[in-house]
Amino acid sequence: MASRMKKEAPEIPAGSMADIAFLLLIFFLVTTTIASDKGILNILPPKQDPNVPPPDIQVNERNIFNILINANDQLLVEGEFRDNTEGLTEDIKAFILNFGAPTEDAQALYNGLPATLKALAERSPESSDHPMTGGAVVSIKTNRGTSYETYLEVFDLVKKAYFEIYGERVGLTADEYRALVGENPGEAELIDRGKADIPMAISIAEPDKIGGE
Amino acid sequence: MAKFKKKTNTSVTISVASLPDIVFMLLFFFMVTTVMREQDLLVEQRLPQASQLQKLQKKTLISFLYIGEPRNPGLYGTEPRIQANDVLINPSDIVLWVNQEKDALSEAERDMITISLKVDREVKMGPISDVQFELREADARRILYASLQQSPQ
Repeated sequence: MASRMKKEAPEIPAGSMADIAFLLLIFFLVTTTIASDKGILNILPPKQDPNVPPPDIQVNERNIFNILINANDQLLVEGEFRDNTEGLTEDIKAFILNFGAPTEDAQALYNGLPATLKALAERSPESSDHPMTGGAVVSIKTNRGTSYETYLEVFDLVKKAYFEIYGERVGLTADEYRALVGENPGEAELIDRGKADIPMAISIAEPDKIGGE
Repeated sequence: MAKFKKKTNTSVTISVASLPDIVFMLLFFFMVTTVMREQDLLVEQRLPQASQLQKLQKKTLISFLYIGEPRNPGLYGTEPRIQANDVLINPSDIVLWVNQEKDALSEAERDMITISLKVDREVKMGPISDVQFELREADARRILYASLQQSPQ
């Protein structure tokens, strides 16, 4: 009996298996979109309580790096007209690291910087006092008619300036520093060391309505 | 010469028995990485390019808002609109939407919610600042300007 069963055992042809698998493979190849959840992170300011007037913080004009973008996507950087964003990153880095009137803490921060960043400190009295809290602020003000693309380009360059500073402090390039996500303590320590005492002070002003949309 | 003749006599065939295995391996890789698009886009989506992109550690914290010109101008007009989940909403509905999204997260993670703004590059800053104002009201202050990696010049 057993021997007869063995003889009649049907064999499934496996030759077409590869074809079937290929068909499925191609289907998934076509439908796959590698999810792109990358982007530029921004933290909005907390909402204003209508009963409490906004805090009247006096910041010296020299401590603000003003970038205005009008409805024609033209730039006004520190009162100076520009048609494109070339060299903006370098200007912002020089502004942040100016150390015009450093406090004691800021002087200690300056002494801890690598030589390449120290070289950027011009100590001009007309530029920012120091990069610590209450010091340098980069302000971006747009119009309601400014294109999102231009706004993002400028915001991107401001971020780049900060990331280049952070990266240089820990001996990495800006790209390498940005790739750190803090998954392990070593990485988290690198991130903290890079941005310690130099907060990313980017202020997005409410857009004005003149000539908008 | 005799040596050459000997060689030609041996027939070499490559075994294709492992081909299905290789293909299945690839298949499983793509099956795992595939994310089926669960919603239809009702607005144009041509993301802008930027260089300083960051990746977020936790993907579950991200909620998406799509902003752009409607794909069906006959039905929705030509002004940029906001899409959340699979419907077009008004800026005044954002607070409600954010609260719904927050409810889906565990209590400890609610403050860490990140809104990814997928904005078409043709949109002006006006609607975006309206959205940002509403997000401040809803206390969802971490936002991500979704953009594509710029190819290095």
